[in-house]
Amino acid sequence: MSLLSVHDLAVARGGLRTVEGVTFALEAGQALILRGPNGLGKTTLLRAVAGLQAPVAGRIEMREDTVAYAAHADGLKPALTASENLAFWAQVFGGGGIDRALAAMDLTALAHRPAAALSAGQKRRLGLARLMVTARPIWVLDEPTVSLDTASVGRFAQMLAGHMAQGGAALIATHIDLGLPQARVLDLTPYRARPGTRATRPSGFNEAFA
Amino acid sequence: MIALLLRDLRLATRAGGGFGLGVAFFLILSALVPFGVGPDRATLAPVAPGILWVGALLACLLSLDRLFALDHEDGSLDLLATAPLPLEGTVAIKALAHWITTGLPLVLAAPLFGVLLQLPGQAMPWLVVSLAVGTPALSMLGAFGAALTVGLRRGGLLLSLLVLPLYIPTLIFGAEITRRGAEGQATATPLLFLAGITLGVLALIPWAAAAALRVNLR
Repeated sequence: MSLLSVHDLAVARGGLRTVEGVTFALEAGQALILRGPNGLGKTTLLRAVAGLQAPVAGRIEMREDTVAYAAHADGLKPALTASENLAFWAQVFGGGGIDRALAAMDLTALAHRPAAALSAGQKRRLGLARLMVTARPIWVLDEPTVSLDTASVGRFAQMLAGHMAQGGAALIATHIDLGLPQARVLDLTPYRARPGTRATRPSGFNEAFA
Repeated sequence: MIALLLRDLRLATRAGGGFGLGVAFFLILSALVPFGVGPDRATLAPVAPGILWVGALLACLLSLDRLFALDHEDGSLDLLATAPLPLEGTVAIKALAHWITTGLPLVLAAPLFGVLLQLPGQAMPWLVVSLAVGTPALSMLGAFGAALTVGLRRGGLLLSLLVLPLYIPTLIFGAEITRRGAEGQATATPLLFLAGITLGVLALIPWAAAAALRVNLR
């Protein structure tokens, strides 16, 4: 069984359907990149997969407690140091490996700085390092590379590749090229919800999985 | 869950955490009332139980709007919701952390403020007991209000309007215990009522608050 499979999913934001008929599966060691114009519903779709929002229609199949979610906000407490922030999330999620996660995103030198004193890019890196300490197989990432420089994007791609090599999977909404040749790309534009009609499978369905 | 409790306590004691804010507010209120109504024992003593309890209520309310709002702003709440902790447990732990940082200092400091308000000495133990039994309900009801208003801008005022009416039963019985204690009457009946209200709130509110949070997270 695949780690995550989504069947005929439709999600709504503010009571309006954004995308519908989305179907995909994610196996261990795979990454799927979602693309589409702003406002199409990528974030809403990811929140539905993370279990923060109920889908309007369709099914999401996965085992319980397998998703680690990272969105625009990093979930960091400014008064705690970088390593305290990570240690907290490691305890909550029952994971570990804080030093390894700090090293992976090149934060070891900043481990004892309060998060308030980190720059936007450093905070983002800390927020991404958090994924490693959750010990969860499916990473659901919403624009993970915002405010990262080129070197950090490369480091993040390495971290993703390492995660997939260990049998993890990632579902990523992003506009930039992450440099992950093994990642599949799913363009959500053909799944845009049409007002009034319940579109079944849109044309272009097969191409999305080519 | 222990990790969440420790984190909240640590955050409260660091810069900008607001630890002691409630007690300081309580102190100022108790110090102001004698200036307003005069330092006479005859005028102060009868109103002291009520004022102490209203003060405790307002002090509790001060830090409530931060209970979930801060976690919501920085995205922690989304992450907590996807964590293996049940949301009900998260609510209960956050209310407990709020009580430890706000309610417990009030309970411990209350006799001092009783002296400022000329509360008779024999009422002091009852003031402490009533606050110790009643303030957990204040924190938990506050958590419910905070969960309802979590996504709103300027939700603090709405939170007060929602929560203060819910505090009325606790206020009535808490102040009654202290008044009866001051007059040397039996306090068992209001104390049992107060304990009953607190236990009921502690048992039921986490589910209501977690349901409100789930709606607001969408």
